[in-house]
Amino acid sequence: MKATTKKLLLAGIAALTMAGFTAPASAQATLDAVKKRGKMICGVSQTSAGFAFPDAKGVMQGFDVDICRAVSAAVFGSGDKVDFLPTNINTRFQALQSGEIDILSRQTTQTFSRDNSLGLDFGPAVFYDGQGMMVAKKLGIASAKDLDGAAICVLPGTTTLQNLADFFRTNNKKFESVVFENTDENRNAFFSGRCDAISTDRSDLASIRAVASNPADYVVLPETISKEPLAPVVRQGDSNWRDIVSWTVYALMAAEELGITKDNVEQKLSSQDPEVQRLLGVTGDFGKMLGVDNKWAYNVIKSVGNYGEVFERSLGEKTPLGLTRGPNRPWTQGGLLYAPPFR
Amino acid sequence: MQLVKEELTPRLRRPVEFSSWRKQLQPYVGTPGNAAITVICIALIAITVQKVIGWLFLDAVFTGTPTACKESDGACWPFFASKLRFMLFGFYPYDEHWRPTASLLLFFAACGISMNPAFWGRKLMVLWGCVLAVCLWLMLGGVFGLSFVPTSQWGGLPLSFMLSFVGLAGAFPLGIALALARASKLPVIRVVAIAFIELVRGVPLISILFMASVMLPLFMPGGMTIDKLLRAQIAIILFAAAYVAEIVRGGLQAIPRGQYEASAAMGLHYWQMMRLIVLPQAIKIMIPPLVTLFIGFFQDTTLVVIVGLLDFLDTVRSAMREPQWQGIAVLEGYLFAAVVYLFFSTIMGAYSRYLERYFRMGHD
Repeated sequence: MKATTKKLLLAGIAALTMAGFTAPASAQATLDAVKKRGKMICGVSQTSAGFAFPDAKGVMQGFDVDICRAVSAAVFGSGDKVDFLPTNINTRFQALQSGEIDILSRQTTQTFSRDNSLGLDFGPAVFYDGQGMMVAKKLGIASAKDLDGAAICVLPGTTTLQNLADFFRTNNKKFESVVFENTDENRNAFFSGRCDAISTDRSDLASIRAVASNPADYVVLPETISKEPLAPVVRQGDSNWRDIVSWTVYALMAAEELGITKDNVEQKLSSQDPEVQRLLGVTGDFGKMLGVDNKWAYNVIKSVGNYGEVFERSLGEKTPLGLTRGPNRPWTQGGLLYAPPFR
Repeated sequence: MQLVKEELTPRLRRPVEFSSWRKQLQPYVGTPGNAAITVICIALIAITVQKVIGWLFLDAVFTGTPTACKESDGACWPFFASKLRFMLFGFYPYDEHWRPTASLLLFFAACGISMNPAFWGRKLMVLWGCVLAVCLWLMLGGVFGLSFVPTSQWGGLPLSFMLSFVGLAGAFPLGIALALARASKLPVIRVVAIAFIELVRGVPLISILFMASVMLPLFMPGGMTIDKLLRAQIAIILFAAAYVAEIVRGGLQAIPRGQYEASAAMGLHYWQMMRLIVLPQAIKIMIPPLVTLFIGFFQDTTLVVIVGLLDFLDTVRSAMREPQWQGIAVLEGYLFAAVVYLFFSTIMGAYSRYLERYFRMGHD
């Protein structure tokens, strides 16, 4: 190889390597590292309908994505200062541990062992999901307990199969699992009658049902056989960063409770309600306590709206997924969303 | 004993001479059985063609919404209108798509030139150095007026080509070194080479990628991370090197001992012998298996999805999962990916056959 070629190649390799080394981010100072970098890096699903998916221009959209945009708005005042890194089930926690991402917003269920053995901390649950089952209506089945001996389509990995086994053992029934490697195969197998039922998280069941040529032919059974509180995850040992993430989520919930929306947040600045004033930074120094701008919550709502708006935009009944709010309603309406008071 | 036959052997019937088109048809309709098979096959082909055309054009939806596609039985062309650029380039910023396009075209042009044996030589190496540098600059940016695009946003077809091409280009010198080391008389070098090759070949690519992506960062000091793409690329280079090494070893063993002895007799030392006599002959034998290896790697790069990078097949899969298209364009997406892979693999395969003929002409 000629010397010139060698030099060019070396220069190329050097450039790539330089670009490759990112600034070390120690556990204590995620906020400083993020501010210094000028943007946040958020780990999301590679593609999960409704939660994280690329639009026609290749820009990430979805519920999990909006949570990250909200945190970006709290830190930078703009929801665009965030890069999305697709992570998969196997590498998601490691990406967070090694500092590749600052926050993991990827339909991750908070569990005891994850919280206590991985060096990670969970924020508040942003979406309460649970594993359910769906069957064809013509089978005439009303309860999952009638599924004795049924063949059930599932995806491999995580806890889906474990939950099913537990449920059927508890009820002294048998089932046969039919495992498929990817969502498309799983769905088509169910539609073509390869299995009697399909089991996954209820939010996924809804999106699978929405794809059917006639959704009315399928029913989701009433049983929820597992608890899946999906929450954003951060590295352990940086309580300031965790507070920012947690309270950003609470701000989204509080905004819905208080009737603040993307459109009316401007007018709400002159609201007389003291909690609204504190939330929007009209009075008090709440932003400073977090280490961000006092108008942080205003910026969050201005860029993504309140929790209800985030939900409806990506998952709600006007989207192809058509999810109902279910437990993901404010506690005032009988749901599970309950933000601690802003005072 | 009489040796001469007295009467003439009875004359055989003269073979019927068919006109040329009848000769052509003979195997197809010569016997009733053949005729029946032919009719059935023609019917099957006709049905298939009719179905395919029906699906592609007659029943297809050309403009409209995903709902229109869902209701129709045909192909869904609006899916391509909406998602084609994403499938080709992934998360690369939309307004900068000309950059990967330019890189790809440049790369194809360089490949086209390199395919012609008339251009083989040192100048071509320089050309490739320049082309790769320009491609890197186009893709990465950050200097000379282009905005910086982190490698985490690269994806699609350019990524497939980059991982497989740079992977094999990087693996080639390493592979030759390993093959020579494996044939070495020095035990330490030989054992190290054998250990590396057998270890890498004994492990699936996906586990090496997984090690590079999951284990490596945990050994890095204080939160420092190496670019994911670089990690995957290095993993692919190391993996490919082991396979290249075995192909090279096969090539070396195919060279008759006489060639080694003759070059030694001429007073060439080891490196001269390898560089001037043995490798030039061996490389010619190695080209077909190397092309096969390349075609394989071009498709295997899809495994980088485990590291969170999206190559072409992965961007296609991603595109199909956008909520409004979910479950609607599955067939379209996979067919598109198949056509693109088939297209490039066919070119590579055809070129490999061309090379075989080219070298045979030169040497037999």
